[in-house]
Amino acid sequence: MLAMIGRRLLAALPSIAGVIVVTFLLTRLLPGDPAAYFAGPAATPQAIEEVRARLGLDRSVPAQFVGYLGDLARGDFGLSLTTGLPVLRELINRLPASLELTLAGLLFAVAVAVPLGILAAVRAGSWIDHATRIVATAGVSLPTFFTGLLLVHVFYSVLQVAPAPMGRLDVFASPPPHITGLYIVDALLTGDAATAWAALAQLALPALTLGIFALAPLARMTRAAMLSALGSDFVRAARASGLSRSRIVWVYAFRNALLPVLTTLGMVFSFLLGANVLVEKVFAWPGIGSYAIEALIVSDYAPVQGFVLTMALLYVLLNLVIDILYGIVDPRVKLES
Amino acid sequence: MAAAGEYARHLRHVVTENPVTGAAFGLFVLLVLTAVLGPVLAPYDPLQSNAAHTLEAPSARHWFGTDQLGRDVFSRVVVATRLDMTIAFASVALVFVTGTLTGVAAGHFGGWVDRLVGRASDTIMAFPLFVLAMGIVAALGNTVTNIVLATAVVNFPLYVRVARAEANVRRDAGFVEAARISGNGEARLVLFHILPNTLPIMMVQVSLTLGYAILNAAGLSFIGLGVRPPTPEWGIMVADGANYIQSGEWWIALFPGLALMLAVFCFNLLGDGLRDLIDPRRRT
Amino acid sequence: MTLDPNPPLLSVEGLSVAFRTRAGEVKALERVGFAIGRGETIAIVGESGSGKSVTAQAVMGILDPAGRVTEGRIGFGGMDLLQASPRELADMRGRELAMIFQNPRGALNPIRTVGDQIADVLARHEHLKGPAARARAMEMLALVKITDPRRRLDAYPFELSGGMCQRVMIALALACRPALLIADEPTTGLDVTTQAAIMDLIDELGRSRGMATVLITHDLGLAAEHCRRIVVMHAGHVVEDAPAEALFAAPRHPYTARLLAATPRPGRRLDDLVAIPGGLPDLRRADLGGCRFLDRCERAADPCRAGVEPVESAGPGGPRRVLCARPLEEVAA
Repeated sequence: MLAMIGRRLLAALPSIAGVIVVTFLLTRLLPGDPAAYFAGPAATPQAIEEVRARLGLDRSVPAQFVGYLGDLARGDFGLSLTTGLPVLRELINRLPASLELTLAGLLFAVAVAVPLGILAAVRAGSWIDHATRIVATAGVSLPTFFTGLLLVHVFYSVLQVAPAPMGRLDVFASPPPHITGLYIVDALLTGDAATAWAALAQLALPALTLGIFALAPLARMTRAAMLSALGSDFVRAARASGLSRSRIVWVYAFRNALLPVLTTLGMVFSFLLGANVLVEKVFAWPGIGSYAIEALIVSDYAPVQGFVLTMALLYVLLNLVIDILYGIVDPRVKLES
Repeated sequence: MAAAGEYARHLRHVVTENPVTGAAFGLFVLLVLTAVLGPVLAPYDPLQSNAAHTLEAPSARHWFGTDQLGRDVFSRVVVATRLDMTIAFASVALVFVTGTLTGVAAGHFGGWVDRLVGRASDTIMAFPLFVLAMGIVAALGNTVTNIVLATAVVNFPLYVRVARAEANVRRDAGFVEAARISGNGEARLVLFHILPNTLPIMMVQVSLTLGYAILNAAGLSFIGLGVRPPTPEWGIMVADGANYIQSGEWWIALFPGLALMLAVFCFNLLGDGLRDLIDPRRRT
Repeated sequence: MTLDPNPPLLSVEGLSVAFRTRAGEVKALERVGFAIGRGETIAIVGESGSGKSVTAQAVMGILDPAGRVTEGRIGFGGMDLLQASPRELADMRGRELAMIFQNPRGALNPIRTVGDQIADVLARHEHLKGPAARARAMEMLALVKITDPRRRLDAYPFELSGGMCQRVMIALALACRPALLIADEPTTGLDVTTQAAIMDLIDELGRSRGMATVLITHDLGLAAEHCRRIVVMHAGHVVEDAPAEALFAAPRHPYTARLLAATPRPGRRLDDLVAIPGGLPDLRRADLGGCRFLDRCERAADPCRAGVEPVESAGPGGPRRVLCARPLEEVAA
């Protein structure tokens, strides 16, 4: 088990290296003179040269890359031009908000999509099957930011059951003490049910928005994987030995169908982390996505670079988790080296 | 030729058996017409503001209402079709050409070409795609061209993988061997014998990624990248309208959002239909 | 018909099965009938698409959802399986009737240990759990001559060879001592020595347990070697049903004759083998006549176009039946 995790970690190294190289290259691609760009529009030529030296842009590209690696190793993601604060600190402060949102969205998507996909496959051709297909196609067609706005309009403006789409908690409420950074979890851990409820109310719509988007590919893949598992020879053989329907569906078909679904989960995470940015903007969610958007608008590049790197590392990490889960479900993986 | 007849028959079968695909095709024609005719169809100038008629709800005069500057939302939605479709088609065309050629080359030649291409694809796939697109546009500069480029880059691995697999299967197929024996050079072999055979499956890929390309581009402009106001574009119009949702002026965001959704829905349905047409075994 | 003092274990009568497909209804089986007594071994022989496997699946009640029994009766131990409730059927499957498949590796759940898969069946029918089930599963593995059964219990199918997977499949099928085993092309895809070993194992276990066996195969030679009686199928019809020796000595249906001519046998030169012309008819056709071999038959004549009824006759080794308007002459014994 540990050996497998170690192997997977090793296998993830090239991805991590690639991610770091690309984020480095992205800064090199900045149009025009990066020094002038970072120095700001009002800078004198002398100031620009100073910035160039300070940023190390007067060195050769490989030397700069080594410098970049050194900075990363020290946890130096640079300074934000607008706030003057270290990018890393800001990212760390905001990451729990993004994680809470993404995980809640994923949880919702899995909780709805997997049973829906199974039902659709078990009752292939029934109304629930057709409904699932429509939901699956419609779900991927919805622009997340548009779904979010629709939900805000319906549940906040019209029905007035949802709180204002303004962040993780009402501005007048104080956040729970910091333990995990996830407000709902922290509030529950400290026994503050009221705050947990308030945080959940704020989280509901953005999480739903994300979940609807992720639901479609998951439901589709679950349905397809279940159909293929149910049509397999081993399910036929299991039926021939008289095993109960529930055992055939769950132990024989579903556990095998889980494998392609897990693989799809990797793609779903890619969608989720991207859509996260849009949803954060719609709901004024104080995560790393809205931090990046604020920086993008004023061409403050260090936060954007830090954000891209964080997201990519997070994604590599999530894929690693999926790989490990895959190894747990599928005994065939252990033999491969 | 016989194959074309077979396709035509199968197309008729798919469209008649699956009316949804037929409807999607009709919608597609409508979208293309709107994109081509654009300004001719718009009753008002999409850029003309009118201080006397700001934030008006939909009415007979303004079907989709007016925005905060009094511009006609319907005209803006109609005119925006061209830009959104152009971005989507341009990025997909770009990635179709580069991705297919790269993938076919990787699959056919194998070896270090294959490893290099595979490593590049894997690196792109290591990023959440929308986030990478954000990074690319931020780095290359905030222009529509770069949105096209970024959207193409994030779709690149998908095309490479499919084309690579197709070429790999065919590398040692009988007809390729026959062409090789009759004295075709490797480049000629790839261009005239392997590439054409990957095209049907690549067309499926095209229609499946068009929807994603539109979503990706609209998402980028929604967060303020690429298209600048006052240019009418669906994503930026939804972003504009977002500020008025809470005060109840829903129409500014709703209609461009619906247009966007309809376009993506149409492409996805067409993609599914086309996949059934070309590769019936993979229907899910 | 004479009254049989020993009613057959399984009797299939007038069984018809149709499949719904996109391109119309496929009449996969039409009025198929045969019977098998306790402890008897018979073979169902035919080319692919002849309906052998569909017959087996119909008997087991595991037809694909698109398939439907349109008429007939499947008598087993005094009851009609087609009238049984799904619950009663599931109770019988794996306990009274068992089946093994071609492609044994695919017929085993790839991500469950073989021990657990055998235990699943024991838990279902004999309510054996935990160590007791494990012990029985190990006994079964030993019975099918798997070496080191204790260790193999925890093996996954991908860790075993194809022949071993088939042994596991047999262990699984026989775990609850069924009265009937249907073996659907059990040796297809295995190498020759393994084929022989698997067939010997099925023979031996069948005999020692008094179990009736239906061997489904396209290989007439294999059928003759292991079975007393042979049922020949073609395009969803039973065209001939006869004791193996009689069938080999004098086939009465032209298709059987063709099949024999296409089967390599000792003492025969490869050059003498004759391929059967044509292919199976399109089973979606509405105008399929009484004889489905018509288009491939050199003896076809006007009487063949009318309905065909099976003709029974007595002969050495038992009764035989042929579905042909112009059967080949019986050779005088």
